[in-house]
Amino acid sequence: MSNLTDLTVAEIRDGFRSGDFSAREVAEAFNANVAAAKALNAFIVETPEKALEAADAADKAKAAGEALKPLSGVPIGMKDLFCTEGVQTTAASHMLEGFKPTYESTVSKKLWDAGAGMLGKLNLDQFAMGSSNETSYFGNVISPWRRSGGDNAALAPGGSSGGSSSAVAARLCPAATGTDTGGSIRQPAAFTGISGIKPTYGRCSRWGIVAFASSLDQAGPMARTVRDNAILLETMAGFDPKDSTSLDLAVPQWEANLSSDLKGKKVGIPKEYRPDGLNEEIAALWDRGIEWLKDAGAEIVEVSLPHSKYALPTYYIIAPAEASSNLARYDGVRYGQRDLPDGAGLQDMYAATRAAGFGPEVKRRIMIGTYVLSAGFYDAYYTQAQKVRALIARDFEQAFEKCDLLLTPTAPSASFALGEKQADPLAMYLNDVFTVPASLAGLPAMAVPGGLDAQGLPLGLQIIGKALDEQTVLNAGLAIEERAGFTARPEKWW
Amino acid sequence: MSIDLQTVKKIASLSRISVTDAEAEAMVPELNNILGWVEQLGEVDVAGAEPMTAVIPNKLRLRDDAVTDGDVRDRVLANAPQAEHGFFAVPKVIE
Amino acid sequence: MTESTYRIQGATGEWEVVIGLEVHAQVTSQAKLFSGAATAFGAEPNTQVSLVDAAMPGMLPVPNRECIRQAVRTGMAIDAKINKWSRFDRKNYFYADLPQGYQISQLYHPLVGEGQIEITLDEKNPDSSTKTIGIERIHVEQDAGKLMHDQHPTRSYVDLNRSGVALMEIVSKPDMRSPAEAGAYLSKLRTILRYVGSCDGNMDQGSMRADVNVSVRKPGHEFGTRTETKNVNSVRFVMAVVEHEANRQVDVLEAGGKVVQETRLYDPDKNETRSMRSKEDAHDYRYFPDPDLLPLELDDAFLEECRQSLPELPDAKRRRYEEQLGLSAYNAATLTADADTARWFEALLAEGARIQKKSEGEVAKASANWLLSELYGALNRLGKNLEDSPVGPEEGAELLALVADGTISGTIAKQVFEIMLETGECAPRIVEEKGLKQTSDTGAIEAAVAKVLADNGDKVEQYRAGKEALFGFFVGQTMKAMQGKANPQVVNELVRKALA
Ligand SMILES: [Mg+2]
Ligand SMILES: [Zn+2]
Repeated sequence: MSNLTDLTVAEIRDGFRSGDFSAREVAEAFNANVAAAKALNAFIVETPEKALEAADAADKAKAAGEALKPLSGVPIGMKDLFCTEGVQTTAASHMLEGFKPTYESTVSKKLWDAGAGMLGKLNLDQFAMGSSNETSYFGNVISPWRRSGGDNAALAPGGSSGGSSSAVAARLCPAATGTDTGGSIRQPAAFTGISGIKPTYGRCSRWGIVAFASSLDQAGPMARTVRDNAILLETMAGFDPKDSTSLDLAVPQWEANLSSDLKGKKVGIPKEYRPDGLNEEIAALWDRGIEWLKDAGAEIVEVSLPHSKYALPTYYIIAPAEASSNLARYDGVRYGQRDLPDGAGLQDMYAATRAAGFGPEVKRRIMIGTYVLSAGFYDAYYTQAQKVRALIARDFEQAFEKCDLLLTPTAPSASFALGEKQADPLAMYLNDVFTVPASLAGLPAMAVPGGLDAQGLPLGLQIIGKALDEQTVLNAGLAIEERAGFTARPEKWW
Repeated sequence: MSIDLQTVKKIASLSRISVTDAEAEAMVPELNNILGWVEQLGEVDVAGAEPMTAVIPNKLRLRDDAVTDGDVRDRVLANAPQAEHGFFAVPKVIE
Repeated sequence: MTESTYRIQGATGEWEVVIGLEVHAQVTSQAKLFSGAATAFGAEPNTQVSLVDAAMPGMLPVPNRECIRQAVRTGMAIDAKINKWSRFDRKNYFYADLPQGYQISQLYHPLVGEGQIEITLDEKNPDSSTKTIGIERIHVEQDAGKLMHDQHPTRSYVDLNRSGVALMEIVSKPDMRSPAEAGAYLSKLRTILRYVGSCDGNMDQGSMRADVNVSVRKPGHEFGTRTETKNVNSVRFVMAVVEHEANRQVDVLEAGGKVVQETRLYDPDKNETRSMRSKEDAHDYRYFPDPDLLPLELDDAFLEECRQSLPELPDAKRRRYEEQLGLSAYNAATLTADADTARWFEALLAEGARIQKKSEGEVAKASANWLLSELYGALNRLGKNLEDSPVGPEEGAELLALVADGTISGTIAKQVFEIMLETGECAPRIVEEKGLKQTSDTGAIEAAVAKVLADNGDKVEQYRAGKEALFGFFVGQTMKAMQGKANPQVVNELVRKALA
């Protein structure tokens, strides 16, 4: 039997069902990998007992001949942005250190109800703000990947779901949850050579997920294969009456309908995504991706998304504006940290608490958001940004009159060394240049690994689909996966 | 539009984040950098564009008027830094 | 429409006062605006709080249909434009009674647009002095929690039971010109809300409170700078605030000063307002559309149901009472001033018409008079109000029917009513058991008349000599002899006959 921790979600599910191994064996194997990977700092909290508990329940059910659940026997990692009942939930902030929710997020509950077990809470950029996982209060997450040629520099696993990407790539868990506000599933997936999908806005309930930017936040899975993403997403998605923006639609059978045959599909190549100075290796990968999709039967068309260059600045007005308000509840009154200097009044307590509880990037975004919403500036910044956002969404609509999906790179570069872009927030923000437009338009988008660059680091391709058409996105992902034959994995050094 | 130290302090105060003078000063160029960059949006012709209201076409659902929640004081107070006699406690507020 | 003549006499001449009111009215609903926690008054602290109301991380708002419906119905009752497309905005500020750090409200696109309310300044003469006060808008928003300051020497305590309760903010135009107009407006608004059933109007429980905007100007001049006095919780206090604030502003202006646009607080004990300026300067609410909520879109069926469910409103009712029931303007106004009174009266009317087999118009006057004088008098004496009256509309109608068909006289009716109040017995039984039925037996009455005339021979002579005023004396004596049970009309007739 091959190493259990090398198996995919589908393989674990099926192998457990057919009796190749017990759920407990699987959980113990992953627990052991988690325990041995402290150097990656992917977990904030480890919950081996939870993984075993779910595994034992699955084994017992199987022994009793009971019907098995969709994820029986499968342990996963949970991004620490999802509130988990009785288990510390911090959003990687000092602010929420020690916070134990008395409730379970809708998405995590769906996963547990489907039989999955929790290996632990995964590290992330603080309040999901960051693209390299360097803003966590609990320390940087290290990518399991290293540059070829003996350079042992610690690399960024991407962000904000960097704990998730690192853990999946390093085989600490077969799959993990992520959240994506401007690329936080796709960019870390690309950096670590795994797949991840952000579904259509409203597919996954936001209830119980620590909010960053409400109109952009979406949960999604991260795993090593497209099929695993389909399996996970089927469980995570679904209508939730507790979220007013949740879509009241049945969840499609994405896994059963997976097909890499793209005959009759038109793939749009947005010309604005190929700016002067685009990394050559990224451009070459993109070209290979185009060939793979052609090979799968698709027709390639050039399309235009004329407002693309404004997507990032639009995002960096809207996301901080919403965040400045969403994060106002962290005030030291009802939960979380409280900093009460001697003789401080209520408002002083707020200011001290928030100064101590939030990291620099979170403060920076709250300040930007506060400023763009403040009296006299609201229309020039926020209203203008929402208008441009509408134009960006319209660009996609018009493009989708000519095609069924879009193919682009996921990120403008491969992973970089930790610390390399820390000093310049703007340089960091540019990481999301290819992922943010789909977020602004609420569209489903997926990252799949396409190959390695000259330094041996993974590069990803992004597929963007029409609203609600996750199936086409997954199918195109599968077509690439089959043709890219991406089997590279980080060599274990931790 | 560029912001000065005074403005940074005002935004910090509005955000209820206490900052030292040094921190505020460091933020001046940082925030100006970002704001200067997002201001390129001003050049977009938005004539005829309505500000986006719903990302994906969707209607606001209304729920029935029924008491389905509450009566969970222990859960509400469970994580409070300071709870006394069933209340959250804060430094005395003079109104 | 009448122009107000209310003026403040200053050293530099007359000043006119300009008033606008922002009334926060708690929407009558079982559950909160965005959560399923209860809204009942007076619960133990933090027991009517959901995780949404406490703004736990990841909690989201879902709006309560009934709260929207009640606000729409209220808008329809004041003839306002209902906006089929509205949306919720966040008003951002930090305070311990505001768990989210923002209040979900409506600034840019309120649910209800412009409407109006007609106020009556002289209840006894409603037609002579009415005035229309414009309504700017009604929007729906969340209430805040409550801070308690006197339970601990160095701490304030936070109770979130009210946090998230639905409020309607009803914003008037600056159309009022005197304390009396402001008072009449608030009373009328309360009446309408209670009729519609969208707010219980309990001002002492905080279900309705007014922010009072006051400015002064020389008549005919531009509006002056206004102040806003927050959370005034009775009609009387609103009138006091207007009077106090207007005079204070006149004093400031006449001393060469400037009125500062600011928020003030009313102290009912000292009857004065004071500045809350300290809280004011940092306010920049950074309103923006709540990204957790979609735009609120109402369809025609919803609006139609709201319209169909509206009761007859006070102005229409008052007019009907006058025109169709023939009631005096005063009685009509008094009976319609409160929804509960009108409801009681109409039950009395319906039952009376049923028992007496008459139209409501035919029994209306007697019913109105009895309710407003006899019943109100008794309730006043007993310190009760209509809701807990020991005598209900059915019992009252029975009593009035006995008078109407001549079974008992009005005098006896008063006695019977007293017994009803004391014993809870019904009128027919009391009359029966105590033998209070009035008699129209001419034989018995003739005998009594004859005895009265015989006993008072001197007075008979005086009467016949022309002192006709004595007629009443003979009638009275006869009634007395009959122990009040004689039909007064028959007595009149027989006395006249005997003296002829
Ligand atoms: Mg107001
Ligand atoms: Zn208000």
